[in-house]
Amino acid sequence: MTPISYFLVLSALLFAIGVLGVLIRRNVIVMLMSIELMLNAVNLAFIALGRQVGSIDGQVIVFFVITVAAAEAAVGLGIVIAVFRNRATVNADELNLLRW
Amino acid sequence: MSLGLFFFLAVLAALSALGVIAQRNPVHCLLALAVNLLDIGVMFVGLGAVTVGFLQIIIYVGAIMVLFLFVIWLLNLQAEGFSGYLGLKLFGAIGAAALAAEFATLFLHTSRISTPGASALTQGTITTLGRHLFSDYLVAFEITSLLLLAAVVGAIGLARRPPLSAGLSAAAGSDLATAESPRQMSRSMSVSAEQQTTTPRAGSA
Amino acid sequence: MLIELVIGAIKAIVIVLLVLGLSGVLLWFERKGAALIQDRIGANRAAVFGWGRRLGLPNLGLVNTLLADPLKLFTKEDFVPDGADHFLHGLAPFLALFPILIAFAVVPVGDTLRVAQRNVNLQAAHVDVAALYLLAVIGIGVYGLALGGWASNNRWSLLGGIRASAQMISYELALGLAFLAVVVTYGTLDLQEICRLQGGVWFGWLPRWGILVQPVSFLLLLTAGMAESKRVPFDVPEAESELVAGYFTEYSGGKQAVFMITDFAEVVLVAVLVTLFFFGGWQVPWLYADGFHFPGPHGVFLPLPNYVVAILQIVAFWLKTVFFCCFQILVRWTLPRFRYDQLMQFGWKGLLPVGVLNLILTAFVVVIAGAHY
Repeated sequence: MTPISYFLVLSALLFAIGVLGVLIRRNVIVMLMSIELMLNAVNLAFIALGRQVGSIDGQVIVFFVITVAAAEAAVGLGIVIAVFRNRATVNADELNLLRW
Repeated sequence: MSLGLFFFLAVLAALSALGVIAQRNPVHCLLALAVNLLDIGVMFVGLGAVTVGFLQIIIYVGAIMVLFLFVIWLLNLQAEGFSGYLGLKLFGAIGAAALAAEFATLFLHTSRISTPGASALTQGTITTLGRHLFSDYLVAFEITSLLLLAAVVGAIGLARRPPLSAGLSAAAGSDLATAESPRQMSRSMSVSAEQQTTTPRAGSA
Repeated sequence: MLIELVIGAIKAIVIVLLVLGLSGVLLWFERKGAALIQDRIGANRAAVFGWGRRLGLPNLGLVNTLLADPLKLFTKEDFVPDGADHFLHGLAPFLALFPILIAFAVVPVGDTLRVAQRNVNLQAAHVDVAALYLLAVIGIGVYGLALGGWASNNRWSLLGGIRASAQMISYELALGLAFLAVVVTYGTLDLQEICRLQGGVWFGWLPRWGILVQPVSFLLLLTAGMAESKRVPFDVPEAESELVAGYFTEYSGGKQAVFMITDFAEVVLVAVLVTLFFFGGWQVPWLYADGFHFPGPHGVFLPLPNYVVAILQIVAFWLKTVFFCCFQILVRWTLPRFRYDQLMQFGWKGLLPVGVLNLILTAFVVVIAGAHY
């Protein structure tokens, strides 16, 4: 059996990679993908810990996280399309209209 | 889950996650993410969360990722060139490494904090999950449906092409016209990546 | 432990070979069937030096075509267009075929077979949530087509890929709803269990097959399944009058053969699903574990040993499957193609509401009846 901490370390690694992706990539769609990566890392931690404490609540929360991720992806991509229609770019650095 | 299987899946997950953030072509990034999600789904199944694992594959890999693919195609995104801001990348790398190190040290101690619980293999079955979902979490479940409805309406409202008779300004009109060209799905490879991503646009709605 | 592994490997290999073989036969059958319906002779050019005819044998079109088609395809040049994504172009056909093949892992082709004091479940992998598994692998199948279209660097291919993935995503909902209605009726996601529950008779003679319980769901599954496998009348992704050949325009040789095999494996998968959910799967009418119990005033009983029962079940399963494969091919050469907007409207405004209503109705009946099937 694999110790539970291995799963958690993997989850931490994936989360950090997701953070890194959001920070270094300027393509809004890839940034959204990195956010999905982070959500997934958290899901993995939930499932692993839920198994550790013998409770199903972790799985239920993952279920909700997946649902929220679906909603987030739909709205996020809708925003990307709307922005692209007005600015013809998905580069986050060029979307600087609100910058002081 | 046996240790060998775990390491196989873990290495695959880490590599595909790096693939998401390191590749230039958004479609390749998306494929790496799909592999990663599939991998995590298999890991869920291995951890006893069979139903959630399959749901993850159906919803994430089968639906959300395809939505991303559509949007990438709709916007006709090509491979990106290297963009500047090295400082931010360096800062990001250091910050993420620090975060990973912190989490890892934290999590490595969890096995000492909590004792291994009695993990029944039946806990991941759809019966158990459904029973909890429709009793303890009923309100949350119903609110989720509202959330999804709001997301559907919001996504359609955001992505819908505004009617042209709505009195758009001339500038926005011309932008609309340019934004329409990717709809023809013209993947002209002659357009250089730099031109695609770094041409400053004076778009003002 | 080792013997379990061997048994599992044998079951897996057998079912994959069966499906691939059946796909090859269907390829021939489709050409011959098309010829029959269009009043021409059809595939008859593959005779080896006319040997068969010289020896006075009937034209062995089946064998010849089965040999000649793959031989021709696999010896052709494997062409990759300029500017294509080489890696994805090569990966895409297998990405399309693989999910369809692994879907058959959970298909039960028979009940239990007793071999040397060992009960062998005639199902390659026993998965509790097999229906979810099927939906998951069918969902993954989108990627092969979408990426094949994208990686070819061809507008027709890209349009075909987009159409294919949009169509599959849309009709997956109807497919899922058809699955759900069946699952709610039988109260289990386990395909073997669903098959077992379809055993027995009503009124002393009528087999308790799912079609009598869920007729709407049957129509939904068949329609959505045919749309999933991109067959006429739902073949807009590869509509030759508009898109040359759709997502596999730029494919040749072996890779194109893999795409073709995928098409026919999908036909087999749809037929298998219809058989499993609505026509009793491996159930033979009035056949029980100990033999035939024929209905009638005198109730004849014909005892049979276990292996005969198992063989009868396997044969019945594949006969039903072949019947529905042939039915799909018949439909292909009978109906004209939908227009793209008609296809989407049919999926979203036709099948989806019907599926939801059917599911709600099923749930009401199940709740009122107080228990599952």
